[in-house]
Amino acid sequence: MADDMKIRATMQGDVADVKILMNHIMETGLRKDPKTDKFIPAHFINEVVVTLNGKPVVQAQWGYAISKNPFLGFRVKGAKAGDKIAVSTVDNLGGKMQGEAVVA
Amino acid sequence: MNQLRRTFLKSAGSLGAVAVAVGAGLLRPGQVFAAAWNKVAFTATNVTEAMKEAGYGGAADSKDILIKVPEIAENGALVPVEVTSKIAGTTNIAIFVDQNQNPMIADFEIGNGTEGFIVTRIKMNKTSLVRIGVKAGGKAYTASKEVKVTVGGCGG
Repeated sequence: MADDMKIRATMQGDVADVKILMNHIMETGLRKDPKTDKFIPAHFINEVVVTLNGKPVVQAQWGYAISKNPFLGFRVKGAKAGDKIAVSTVDNLGGKMQGEAVVA
Repeated sequence: MNQLRRTFLKSAGSLGAVAVAVGAGLLRPGQVFAAAWNKVAFTATNVTEAMKEAGYGGAADSKDILIKVPEIAENGALVPVEVTSKIAGTTNIAIFVDQNQNPMIADFEIGNGTEGFIVTRIKMNKTSLVRIGVKAGGKAYTASKEVKVTVGGCGG
Protein backbone atom coordinates (compact mmCIF):
# COMPACT_ATOMS: atom_id res chain seq x y z
CA MET A 1 0.00 0.00 0.00
CA ALA A 2 2.84 2.31 0.81
CA ASP A 3 3.90 2.18 -2.82
CA ASP A 4 0.53 3.16 -4.26
CA MET A 5 0.81 6.87 -3.55
CA LYS A 6 2.49 9.56 -1.53
CA ILE A 7 0.31 12.11 0.21
CA ARG A 8 1.43 15.29 1.91
CA ALA A 9 -1.00 17.59 3.64
CA THR A 10 0.20 20.64 5.51
CA MET A 11 -1.66 23.51 7.13
CA GLN A 12 -0.95 26.96 5.73
CA GLY A 13 -2.99 29.38 7.79
CA ASP A 14 -6.51 27.98 7.88
CA VAL A 15 -6.06 26.15 4.60
CA ALA A 16 -4.74 22.61 4.18
CA ASP A 17 -2.44 22.27 1.21
CA VAL A 18 -2.78 18.72 -0.10
CA LYS A 19 -0.41 17.12 -2.59
CA ILE A 20 -0.85 13.60 -3.88
CA LEU A 21 1.56 11.66 -6.07
CA MET A 22 0.20 8.36 -7.35
CA ASN A 23 2.09 5.46 -8.79
CA HIS A 24 0.41 4.55 -12.05
CA ILE A 25 1.52 3.83 -15.60
CA MET A 26 -1.34 5.87 -17.19
CA GLU A 27 -1.04 4.06 -20.53
CA THR A 28 -2.98 5.91 -23.23
CA GLY A 29 -3.77 3.02 -25.54
CA LEU A 30 -2.36 5.09 -28.41
CA ARG A 31 1.23 3.87 -28.16
CA LYS A 32 2.54 0.97 -30.23
CA ASP A 33 4.86 -1.66 -28.89
CA PRO A 34 7.89 -1.33 -31.22
CA LYS A 35 8.54 -5.11 -31.10
CA THR A 36 5.08 -6.37 -31.99
CA ASP A 37 3.74 -3.24 -33.75
CA LYS A 38 0.53 -3.66 -31.77
CA PHE A 39 -1.11 -1.01 -29.65
CA ILE A 40 -0.36 -1.23 -25.95
CA PRO A 41 -3.79 -1.46 -24.25
CA ALA A 42 -4.99 1.58 -22.35
CA HIS A 43 -4.54 1.41 -18.58
CA PHE A 44 -5.28 4.57 -16.64
CA ILE A 45 -6.91 5.80 -13.44
CA ASN A 46 -10.34 7.13 -14.31
CA GLU A 47 -11.87 7.86 -10.92
CA VAL A 48 -10.33 9.49 -7.88
CA VAL A 49 -12.02 10.32 -4.59
CA VAL A 50 -10.36 12.29 -1.81
CA THR A 51 -12.07 12.63 1.55
CA LEU A 52 -11.27 14.75 4.58
CA ASN A 53 -12.54 13.11 7.76
CA GLY A 54 -14.84 11.02 5.57
CA LYS A 55 -16.36 13.95 3.65
CA PRO A 56 -15.57 14.10 -0.07
CA VAL A 57 -13.46 17.14 -0.93
CA VAL A 58 -12.39 16.23 -4.47
CA GLN A 59 -14.05 13.69 -6.75
CA ALA A 60 -12.35 13.50 -10.10
CA GLN A 61 -12.97 11.78 -13.39
CA TRP A 62 -9.86 11.37 -15.48
CA GLY A 63 -9.07 10.40 -19.05
CA TYR A 64 -5.81 8.84 -20.21
CA ALA A 65 -4.19 12.24 -20.76
CA ILE A 66 -3.29 12.80 -17.14
CA SER A 67 0.49 12.27 -17.00
CA LYS A 68 2.14 9.05 -15.88
CA ASN A 69 2.47 8.89 -12.08
CA PRO A 70 -0.31 11.44 -11.64
CA PHE A 71 0.07 14.49 -9.45
CA LEU A 72 -2.90 16.20 -7.85
CA GLY A 73 -2.76 19.31 -5.68
CA PHE A 74 -5.59 21.26 -4.06
CA ARG A 75 -6.43 23.30 -0.96
CA VAL A 76 -9.12 22.75 1.63
CA LYS A 77 -10.35 25.62 3.76
CA GLY A 78 -11.38 24.98 7.33
CA ALA A 79 -9.30 21.85 7.75
CA LYS A 80 -7.10 21.47 10.81
CA ALA A 81 -4.01 19.57 11.85
CA GLY A 82 -4.83 15.98 12.70
CA ASP A 83 -7.62 15.70 10.12
CA LYS A 84 -7.53 12.54 8.09
CA ILE A 85 -7.10 12.57 4.31
CA ALA A 86 -8.06 9.39 2.46
CA VAL A 87 -7.58 8.83 -1.25
CA SER A 88 -9.01 6.02 -3.34
CA THR A 89 -8.68 5.47 -7.05
CA VAL A 90 -10.10 3.07 -9.61
CA ASP A 91 -8.57 2.48 -13.05
CA ASN A 92 -10.21 1.45 -16.30
CA LEU A 93 -9.27 -2.20 -15.70
CA GLY A 94 -10.82 -2.19 -12.22
CA GLY A 95 -7.50 -1.83 -10.35
CA LYS A 96 -7.84 0.00 -7.04
CA MET A 97 -5.40 1.99 -4.98
CA GLN A 98 -5.78 3.60 -1.57
CA GLY A 99 -3.80 5.95 0.56
CA GLU A 100 -4.15 7.83 3.82
CA ALA A 101 -2.43 10.71 5.50
CA VAL A 102 -2.91 13.01 8.45
CA VAL A 103 -2.90 16.80 7.99
CA ALA A 104 0.21 18.23 9.62
CA MET B 1 -20.58 -8.95 -5.18
CA ASN B 2 -19.28 -11.68 -2.87
CA GLN B 3 -15.76 -10.75 -3.81
CA LEU B 4 -16.44 -7.13 -2.89
CA ARG B 5 -18.02 -8.15 0.36
CA ARG B 6 -14.96 -10.15 1.24
CA THR B 7 -12.66 -7.24 0.47
CA PHE B 8 -14.89 -5.03 2.53
CA LEU B 9 -14.84 -7.30 5.56
CA LYS B 10 -11.11 -7.80 5.34
CA SER B 11 -10.26 -4.10 5.07
CA ALA B 12 -12.77 -3.20 7.76
CA GLY B 13 -11.09 -5.59 10.13
CA SER B 14 -7.56 -4.47 9.51
CA LEU B 15 -7.69 -0.75 8.92
CA GLY B 16 -10.34 0.76 11.11
CA ALA B 17 -12.85 3.48 10.50
CA VAL B 18 -11.54 5.07 7.33
CA ALA B 19 -11.21 1.71 5.62
CA VAL B 20 -14.78 0.96 6.63
CA ALA B 21 -15.93 4.09 4.87
CA VAL B 22 -13.93 3.25 1.77
CA GLY B 23 -15.03 -0.36 1.91
CA ALA B 24 -18.64 0.70 2.11
CA GLY B 25 -17.93 2.86 -0.91
CA LEU B 26 -16.75 -0.19 -2.81
CA LEU B 27 -20.08 -1.83 -2.13
CA ARG B 28 -22.04 1.18 -3.30
CA PRO B 29 -19.85 3.08 -5.75
CA GLY B 30 -22.78 5.31 -6.69
CA GLN B 31 -22.61 7.07 -3.36
CA VAL B 32 -18.93 7.83 -3.47
CA PHE B 33 -18.73 8.92 -7.09
CA ALA B 34 -21.23 11.65 -7.74
CA ALA B 35 -21.43 10.59 -11.36
CA ALA B 36 -20.36 7.51 -13.27
CA TRP B 37 -17.33 7.94 -15.53
CA ASN B 38 -18.54 10.05 -18.44
CA LYS B 39 -17.45 7.80 -21.29
CA VAL B 40 -19.22 9.81 -24.00
CA ALA B 41 -17.40 13.02 -23.04
CA PHE B 42 -14.02 11.35 -22.58
CA THR B 43 -14.15 9.59 -25.96
CA ALA B 44 -15.45 12.59 -27.92
CA THR B 45 -12.97 13.62 -30.59
CA ASN B 46 -13.63 17.34 -30.81
CA VAL B 47 -13.53 19.83 -28.00
CA THR B 48 -16.97 21.36 -28.57
CA GLU B 49 -18.64 17.98 -28.35
CA ALA B 50 -16.57 16.95 -25.32
CA MET B 51 -17.47 20.13 -23.47
CA LYS B 52 -21.13 19.76 -24.34
CA GLU B 53 -21.24 16.14 -23.14
CA ALA B 54 -19.46 17.05 -19.92
CA GLY B 55 -22.00 19.78 -19.18
CA TYR B 56 -19.86 22.76 -20.22
CA GLY B 57 -21.72 23.47 -23.46
CA GLY B 58 -22.21 27.17 -24.18
CA ALA B 59 -19.90 28.17 -21.33
CA ALA B 60 -19.38 31.92 -20.97
CA ASP B 61 -15.85 33.33 -21.18
CA SER B 62 -14.61 34.39 -17.76
CA LYS B 63 -11.65 36.43 -16.60
CA ASP B 64 -12.01 34.97 -13.12
CA ILE B 65 -10.45 31.70 -14.20
CA LEU B 66 -6.67 31.88 -13.94
CA ILE B 67 -4.64 29.29 -15.81
CA LYS B 68 -0.97 28.76 -15.13
CA VAL B 69 0.71 26.69 -17.84
CA PRO B 70 4.16 26.87 -19.42
CA GLU B 71 4.29 28.91 -22.62
CA ILE B 72 6.44 26.24 -24.22
CA ALA B 73 6.39 22.62 -23.07
CA GLU B 74 9.39 20.62 -24.25
CA ASN B 75 7.85 17.36 -23.16
CA GLY B 76 4.20 16.93 -24.07
CA ALA B 77 3.92 13.96 -21.72
CA LEU B 78 4.34 16.19 -18.68
CA VAL B 79 2.70 19.59 -18.86
CA PRO B 80 1.97 21.17 -15.47
CA VAL B 81 -1.42 22.88 -15.25
CA GLU B 82 -2.54 25.07 -12.37
CA VAL B 83 -6.09 26.40 -12.34
CA THR B 84 -7.55 28.96 -9.98
CA SER B 85 -11.23 29.79 -10.19
CA LYS B 86 -12.21 32.98 -8.44
CA ILE B 87 -15.85 32.40 -9.30
CA ALA B 88 -17.84 32.09 -6.07
CA GLY B 89 -19.42 28.72 -5.50
CA THR B 90 -17.21 26.80 -7.93
CA THR B 91 -18.27 23.14 -7.90
CA ASN B 92 -16.38 21.71 -10.88
CA ILE B 93 -13.14 22.38 -12.72
CA ALA B 94 -12.51 20.55 -15.99
CA ILE B 95 -9.50 20.48 -18.33
CA PHE B 96 -9.71 20.11 -22.11
CA VAL B 97 -6.98 20.16 -24.77
CA ASP B 98 -8.30 21.06 -28.24
CA GLN B 99 -5.69 19.17 -30.25
CA ASN B 100 -5.61 15.91 -28.30
CA GLN B 101 -7.24 12.86 -29.93
CA ASN B 102 -9.77 12.97 -27.12
CA PRO B 103 -9.86 16.55 -25.83
CA MET B 104 -11.42 15.86 -22.44
CA ILE B 105 -8.72 15.29 -19.86
CA ALA B 106 -10.28 15.58 -16.45
CA ASP B 107 -13.22 16.86 -14.44
CA PHE B 108 -12.73 17.67 -10.76
CA GLU B 109 -15.78 18.01 -8.56
CA ILE B 110 -14.93 19.92 -5.41
CA GLY B 111 -16.79 20.59 -2.21
CA ASN B 112 -16.75 20.68 1.60
CA GLY B 113 -14.36 23.60 1.84
CA THR B 114 -12.11 22.83 -1.13
CA GLU B 115 -11.00 26.05 -2.79
CA GLY B 116 -11.32 26.64 -6.53
CA PHE B 117 -7.78 25.54 -7.11
CA ILE B 118 -6.38 22.42 -8.81
CA VAL B 119 -2.84 21.50 -9.83
CA THR B 120 -2.04 18.51 -11.98
CA ARG B 121 0.08 17.37 -14.92
CA ILE B 122 -1.32 16.47 -18.31
CA LYS B 123 -0.27 14.97 -21.63
CA MET B 124 -0.49 17.05 -24.80
CA ASN B 125 -0.19 15.65 -28.31
CA LYS B 126 0.89 18.93 -29.93
CA THR B 127 0.67 22.69 -29.63
CA SER B 128 -2.86 23.49 -28.55
CA LEU B 129 -5.18 25.60 -26.51
CA VAL B 130 -5.67 24.32 -22.98
CA ARG B 131 -9.28 25.03 -22.16
CA ILE B 132 -10.65 25.14 -18.63
CA GLY B 133 -14.31 24.70 -17.81
CA VAL B 134 -15.75 25.79 -14.48
CA LYS B 135 -19.20 25.11 -13.10
CA ALA B 136 -20.57 27.42 -10.43
CA GLY B 137 -24.14 27.88 -9.30
CA GLY B 138 -25.43 25.73 -12.16
CA LYS B 139 -23.70 27.88 -14.80
CA ALA B 140 -20.69 27.05 -16.94
CA TYR B 141 -17.69 29.31 -17.53
CA THR B 142 -14.56 28.87 -19.59
CA ALA B 143 -11.10 30.29 -20.25
CA SER B 144 -8.17 29.09 -22.34
CA LYS B 145 -4.46 29.50 -22.86
CA GLU B 146 -2.12 28.20 -25.54
CA VAL B 147 0.79 25.87 -24.85
CA LYS B 148 3.43 25.24 -27.51
CA VAL B 149 4.54 21.63 -27.44
CA THR B 150 7.93 20.56 -28.80
CA VAL B 151 7.57 16.77 -28.47
CA GLY B 152 4.09 15.25 -28.29
CA GLY B 153 3.21 13.12 -25.31
CA CYS B 154 0.36 10.89 -26.37
CA GLY B 155 2.41 8.49 -28.47
CA GLY B 156 -0.02 8.59 -31.37
